[in-house]
Amino acid sequence: VTALSREDVAHVARLARLDISGEDLERYTDQLRAVLDHAKDLEAFDLEATPPTAHPFAEAAFLREDVVVECLDRDEVLAQAPAVEDDRFCVPQIIGDAP
Amino acid sequence: VTSAIELAAAVRTGDTTATTLAEAALAAIAQGNGELNAFLHVDAEGALAAAQRVDRSVANGEDPGPLAGVPIALKDNLCTRGVPTTAASRILEGWRPPYTATVVDRLVGAGAIPVGKTNLDEFAMGSSTENSAFGPTRNPRDHARVPGGSSGGSAAAVAAGMVPIGLGSDTGGSIRQPAALCGVVGLKPTYGMVSRYGLIAFASSLDQIGPLTRTVADAALCLEVIAGHDPMDSTSLKEPAPSLVASLHDGVAGRTIGLVRELLDGADADVEAAVRASAATLRDAGATVIELSIPELRLGLSAYYLIAPAEASSNLARYDGVRYGLRVDAVDLTAMNVATRTKGFGDEVKRRIMLGTFALSAGYYDAYYGRAQRVRTLLSRAFAEAYGRADLLLGATAPTTAFELGAKTTDPMAMYLSDVFTIPSNLSGDPAVTVPFGVGTDGLPVGVQLLGPARSERLVLAAAQVLEDGAPA
Repeated sequence: VTALSREDVAHVARLARLDISGEDLERYTDQLRAVLDHAKDLEAFDLEATPPTAHPFAEAAFLREDVVVECLDRDEVLAQAPAVEDDRFCVPQIIGDAP
Repeated sequence: VTSAIELAAAVRTGDTTATTLAEAALAAIAQGNGELNAFLHVDAEGALAAAQRVDRSVANGEDPGPLAGVPIALKDNLCTRGVPTTAASRILEGWRPPYTATVVDRLVGAGAIPVGKTNLDEFAMGSSTENSAFGPTRNPRDHARVPGGSSGGSAAAVAAGMVPIGLGSDTGGSIRQPAALCGVVGLKPTYGMVSRYGLIAFASSLDQIGPLTRTVADAALCLEVIAGHDPMDSTSLKEPAPSLVASLHDGVAGRTIGLVRELLDGADADVEAAVRASAATLRDAGATVIELSIPELRLGLSAYYLIAPAEASSNLARYDGVRYGLRVDAVDLTAMNVATRTKGFGDEVKRRIMLGTFALSAGYYDAYYGRAQRVRTLLSRAFAEAYGRADLLLGATAPTTAFELGAKTTDPMAMYLSDVFTIPSNLSGDPAVTVPFGVGTDGLPVGVQLLGPARSERLVLAAAQVLEDGAPA
């Protein structure tokens, strides 16, 4: 695995919808590289035969009975939204060129 | 110092009232919070109304519950309907959740009185509570030092005597490390023992809610109240809450306790001395103490700092400026998402989102996230093997006592190392508790950590009780 570059960090920032540039990009690159360097201790083991663990217990999901229960109050939920129109969440333009 | 159990007993017998206790807690907060910044929001009105309900129920001869009138503090990543919940982030500033976390409902059902929401590292990411967007919390034992984190506000509130019970969440040590640094008891239950419904998610396969208290008995009682299956959380174990208080004085005679070398490696000399003294206390109580080594634990930190950020990067994708919280307007949807997240998230949260995004990205997934998940398996197997030789494990909770504000803020890796002894239990999903055991050379509290296999809370807490009874005065 090659060392983390400034371009790598800029790329993941874009993927994560964060605007990171200039000195911040330098700083984050150094800091993230230090964490990934520390993680090199994981490379010393042959893990081919070891299965991954995604969850502490094998019995993964405890599903509830498929019965109708009360849901969140619509007005209460919408009252917390930054912008609402006709009982819906309102977002800026998605399709086409911005005005 | 009066415990929650004693306070509830006094309310139930009419020797005091819930209103009296709520007023006393609110007064203590009003007096001390300006300096400590343990609470981000105090709900005096809600607390007094809840206290009056408990008092009325006592007056009517009804059972107000095992925590009748006990003031409690809630870490501000626990949702409370209609009451501000921020996760100490600008991105949720002013948000009032439309629902309440299951643990809060259960505590209120047991008669407890929530008095406010406590400070934390933003989205529970940190080990000092300095990553809060609303300023750091100070350690009540020494105001120049951190309370630990991320549940630093709850730890400080309990240590300062504002409330006898604080709720925290523990993803890599966020209950136990601040409890140790503030000199209180902190319990991380078995994964799935306590419902996470209404806990703002950080790393879902690691997050677990638990109590910070002044006594082991209070932690046991609190867990009895909040544990047990919840249909609203698909990872909630389909088991009833365990009985814990009744067996607290079972002792450790005949038990084997493993003192783990890797849970002392890198600890300060005074911390190691406290752990060894606690081992002697357990031996005096009839336990056999063996020294053992679990080399795989050394890999915990690296695995954790890939797995937790990976899960966080996914969980925090929901903060997009659309449905709740901050929105920074921009010309189109993507620009709005970017502007909102860039302004709303703090430095550490951005760092972990980027680290996690990288660990999950094409070309690096197997080398980082996949490898970390396999190491997680190794670690769980190593724990299982150790529990074949010992009933419980013993070690330090944190490598040092409380450090000074600002000491580690510019070096993330140094900060991450303060969780090195607590992280393994989150990766395995097993329970662990920290108990105050004497002080270091600086006069600040030292916590020692007891770890047990899944669902061994009864045994872990009985051993913790032995340590509490035998702790240096």
